[in-house]
Parts: sequence; structure tokens; C-alpha cells
Amino acid sequence: MVLQHSKPSSDSDPNMRLLIIEDDRESADYLVKAFREVGHVADLASDGEEGLALADSGDYDVLVIDRMLPKRDGLSVIGTLRDKGNRTPALILSALGQVDDRIKGLRAGGDDYLPKPYAFAELLARVEVLSRRHGGPAEETSYRVGDLELDRLSHRVTRGGEELTLQPREFRLLEYLMKHAGQVVTRTMLLENVWDYHFDPQTNVIDVHISRLRAKIDKGFDRPLLHTIRGAGYMIRDGIR
Amino acid sequence: MTAFGKLIRTTAFRLTLVYLFLFGLFAASLLGYFAWNTRRLITDQITTTVDAEIGEIDDIYTRRGLRGLVFTIENRALRPGANLYLVTTPAGQAVAGNVGALAPGVMSKIGWTETFYRRLDDQDRGQHRALVRVTELSSGFRLLIGRDLEERRRLFKVVASAAQWSVLIVVVLGLGGGIFVARRVLRRIDAMTGTTQRIMAGDLSGRLPVGRSGDELDRLAENLNAMLERIEALMNGLKEVSDNIAHDLKTPLTRLRNRAEEALALSGSEAEYRAALERTIEESDGLIRTFNALLMIARAESGHARGEMDSFDAAGIVRDIHELYEPLAEDNGLALQVTSERAPVRGNRELISQALANLVENAIKYGQPQLALAAPGAEAATSTPTPEILIEARRDGDQVLLSVTDRGRGIPEADRKHAVERFVRLEASRTQPGSGLGLSLASAVATLHGGELRLSDAQPGLRATLAIPAHTGEGLASANTTPEPTPA
Repeated sequence: MVLQHSKPSSDSDPNMRLLIIEDDRESADYLVKAFREVGHVADLASDGEEGLALADSGDYDVLVIDRMLPKRDGLSVIGTLRDKGNRTPALILSALGQVDDRIKGLRAGGDDYLPKPYAFAELLARVEVLSRRHGGPAEETSYRVGDLELDRLSHRVTRGGEELTLQPREFRLLEYLMKHAGQVVTRTMLLENVWDYHFDPQTNVIDVHISRLRAKIDKGFDRPLLHTIRGAGYMIRDGIR
Repeated sequence: MTAFGKLIRTTAFRLTLVYLFLFGLFAASLLGYFAWNTRRLITDQITTTVDAEIGEIDDIYTRRGLRGLVFTIENRALRPGANLYLVTTPAGQAVAGNVGALAPGVMSKIGWTETFYRRLDDQDRGQHRALVRVTELSSGFRLLIGRDLEERRRLFKVVASAAQWSVLIVVVLGLGGGIFVARRVLRRIDAMTGTTQRIMAGDLSGRLPVGRSGDELDRLAENLNAMLERIEALMNGLKEVSDNIAHDLKTPLTRLRNRAEEALALSGSEAEYRAALERTIEESDGLIRTFNALLMIARAESGHARGEMDSFDAAGIVRDIHELYEPLAEDNGLALQVTSERAPVRGNRELISQALANLVENAIKYGQPQLALAAPGAEAATSTPTPEILIEARRDGDQVLLSVTDRGRGIPEADRKHAVERFVRLEASRTQPGSGLGLSLASAVATLHGGELRLSDAQPGLRATLAIPAHTGEGLASANTTPEPTPA
């Protein structure tokens, strides 16, 4: 297996412990192996009951749960865990339709939702973001990456002390990227979290927004901060990987 | 089931039987009532006259003695159609009268009796029934006066035969009518059944026969035909889709496979392998997108998304989409403009956004002015201002119009209907990337909201309009500007 986007964010998320609840043996094995290759530890449960027992007893950073499982439905697993006070972030994988199914999943206590089929890079990026939220620091009022600073209260962005003028949407885009600095953020994640759209556009509409943002924050500076991660998305990070 | 068996099982026939029974019962009770009353009337009449005559004759006997009695009796007995008379001695010997024979013991019983008798002058020796009263005169003589019941019997016979005939007529007419109606209904139902069976066997073009009478069966047939029309359209759509899926999914799948095979055969560097794999992934991403678009259309068309409707101002969507696509349009040398007025709708925000996004993406793809396309070299020389795409939200009466207008080459009128169909990529656009599902999705979304997608000539260019019913109810959410990014 070639994972050319191998572990782009090792500094912020050392070895996550994941639980994958998935009844399709082949995709489950693929996931376990793929997560291991990027340095995470993944356990596997092949039905809802087993998954619930493991999730309840084990100490996991993120749960990856298939929507349709034998013995116990994926949503019911999450619901039961939440009822017990277990707040481990859970990502739902589903082959079902999109809009309303996602809403159902999130209502049941899921933290993110990914329709099948998905790119592993997308899943990895989302799982890493979920994991940091779980253990990471609370919302901050300002973010800093290298000499780039973003103040969430005054809506000011400076790089090397020099003030940058951003459009409101560019500000939100940068804010989201900086909040997850050092982590890969995919185009769909940006579309979902910055624009609140849940469809994938057929065009490179996000790339254009990113290149505009990049022109504002990186142009004229010797060290680029906003990186394109091929096959996955974008990452804001100090230093070249 | 035999034809007759089918006939008698029809509702019409069963109803006929029920009515037949009810009418028969009615006729029978009417005649019965009539017969019973007539009989009572006749009996009353007989008793009254007989009682009067007995009084009279008793009086004659008292006044004129046995001789007078015998004389009177003989006299009266000779009259035509006379009553029955018989006078006997205390010993039981007949003295006078017109009765030849009586059932035994009648004379010994005082009072009213119904009995058989034979007249003296009767030649046929036949027995007749009579209602008679026997009284004892003061000397021990007995007097019998009675009346033949032939009249009553004849009347009974008339009534009985009337009853027979009427029942027969009722039954014949009723059964005939029932069979006629049942067969008429049955024929039409059989025709319908035949058609439905042909349809079930796979011939979807069959239609039920519709009569001219406009009765309930015709209305049913019309409705069923409309339903069949819809099913046929859906089935044809499905067939077309599967053909197109076969084509449009197999082509990239084949490319995918070829690329993988080529990479295997290649004894190249790791970089070359990597490049081949990257292209493979890109190709499969394209496939997934096509697939998602198909699912989305199917969902919109099946009406499943109705559950997620809310009320909002579509002007917000228009502004958001403009904001999202403005940089992309600019990169493509197009100015994306927006005008919006309040456009309250009730619907699925996500789907409407996507439909509008598809229209805008189309406009960006195909909205280059014709001149530039016809002569690419002249592009630099053209001094015309940046061609624009206009996104607009407008309220028109009870409709909300969300339109995207470009200044491109447009779609010829003949192709417009065709363009909305799945996978259709007009010849001119074959070279552009895309799944060919954008307009179909927009159209399906419009239909889901009870509206339609209109394509019109913007002279030059194409105007694609999502026309959906305006929402006039309460509870309109404030204009949709994208919510604060959710903490993630």
C-alpha cells in the first residue's frame, strides 16, 4: 500500500488509539493497516455489541463507527455510550444518503460524518482533527503559527508584525486552518466548516479561495506557511515538512 | 374459473340477487296481505247474509210452521246461484233443501262449520266446499244454511297465479338485468385485467380502455392510465440511466484499469509508479463524485428529502453561492455579479444551494463569450469589458426565481429539454470535464420543491432559472448568511 500522504502531522498527534467498528472484514483490515502505517494504534470490532463493549472499557482517542452493523446499529452504539457519559469522539461512516443521514448521525451523538466511499486521506484528516479536539486545549482567543498571528477577538491578522487585510470569509478560512495548525485539513472539511456546505463541488472552488488567502499571507515572505498536501488538502504549519 | 362462475361472483350480480330477494319478498307479502284480507271480507259477507237469512227463516217457521218453512226453502233453493239449504227432522231425515250429500256429523253440530257437500241437482257428483251454519228450530227440526266457497277458492287461485307470474317475471327480469349489468362490468374489468396482465408481463406501453360515458370505471381507468404513464416514464428513465451509467461509469473504470495495467507493465521509477497511482486515485475520485451526484438526484427525485424542509430566504443562498464562486469565476476571466431581493421559500437549503452551485459551475464552464471560443487567438485583442455571469434571486408573484445568466453560447432551443436529462453533455461540451449531472440535479431539486428548471435564451447566453413556489407562511428564518464556523 502506498500512502504518499503518510503522517503529515506527527508533531501534534503522537500515536492515537483508535477503535474501528466495521463489519466488512476487508475494509476494516484496510483501515487498521492504513492507520498503523501512519503511526496510530487501531483496534477492531466487527459488530455493534463487541464495539460497544470495547469502546466502553477501552481508552480510545477516536471511534470510527460504521453506520450499519450486525447486532447493534452504529447510531445506537454511540447513543448508548453518550448515555453512559462516554464522550469519546466518534466518526460515523455510512453508505447511506447524504444530507438527512448526516443530520441523523450527528443528532445521535456522532461528532463527524463521512459518507462511503471515502478517501483514506479524508478519514485520517478528520480523525486527527477529532482527536485533538478531544484532548486538546479549549478554544483560544488567538492563534499563532510562526510569525503569523490571528486575533479572534479583534479580527486582526498580522504576519511579522505587519497587518494583513482579509475578507471576512478569508478570515474564517484562516481561522479554521490555524485552529488545526499542523493538521491536514481537506477541501470538504473546509467547505463544511467554513461555508457550511455538505456537497462536493465539481470544480476547484476551494483551491481558488486558498490561493487568494495564500497570496495574502505568504506572498513576499521567504517561508511559506500554508502548504498544499497532495491528495489530501491543506495544512498551515511553520517549517517545511 | 368458468365464465359463469366469474359472472355470478361479480358484485353487480350479487347485488342483483339481494334486490331480487327483497323485491320477491315485497311482492309476496303484498299479495298475501291482499289475499288474506279478501278472504276475511268474503267470509264476513257470508256469515252476515247467512245469519240474516237464518233469522228470517226462523221467523217464517215461527209464524207459518213447517209447511211455510218447507215452502220457503224449496222456493229459495230453486233460485240460481242460491245459498245452500237443508232442513232435517229431529231424526235427521232431510225434509227440504238443495243439498244432496253432506260430510257426516255436520247436522249434529250447532254453529258454523266448513264442510264438503254435494248439491241435489249436481250432475258431476263433485264435492264442493261450503261454509254452513246449523241451527235447531224450536220443534227439534234442524236448519242448515250455507254458502258455497267456490268464489273464495277462485279468488285464491287468481291471487296465487298472480303471485306465480309476478315472481316469475321478477326473477326473469331481475336475473336478466343482473346478468346484463354484471357482464357489462365484467367485460370492462376483464379488459382491464387483460391489460394489467400484459403490463405485468413486461409490456409497459399497454393502456386500459377508457369508455366515453365518464362513469366511475372510466375515471378509474383514466387514473390508472396516468399512473401507468408515470411508471413507464420512470422505467424508461431508469433504463436510460442504467444505459448511461454503464457508459459513463464504465468508461472511467476502463481508463482506471488500463492505467493500472500500464503501470504494472511499466518497469519505471518509483516516481512513475507514484504518478500512475495518483492518476488512478483522481480517476476514482471522479467516479465517486459521479456516483454521489446520481444518489443525490435519486434522493431528490424520490422525494425523500422532503423531511428536511425549512423556511428561509433564498436571497441568502444566492449571496453565499456568489461569495463562494466569485474568485473561481474571476480566475476564469468572468465577473460574477449578484442581485437579490427577498425570496422566501420553504425547502431543503442544502439541495437548493447545490442546485444553484451546479448552475453557477455550468455558467463558469460554458459561459465564455462565443467570440473568445470561436477565435481563441483574438482573446487578447478584444477590448470588451469582462463578460459577466449574473446570479439573481427574484420574487415573481407566487414564485421565487433563482436564476444564473451567462453570456456564453447558450443552448439551442431544440436541445434544452434534452440538456436536463441525466448524463447528457451536449456535443459542444464533450471536451469539458464534468459528469453531465449538474442540470439533472438542478431539475430534480426544482421538481422536489414543486417547481421547475427553466432554460431560456438570454440573448446571447443561457439563463437557467430555478422556479419554485414562494413560501408565504409564518416562521421565516432570517436571511441565510453562513453561520459562524462550528468549533471543530
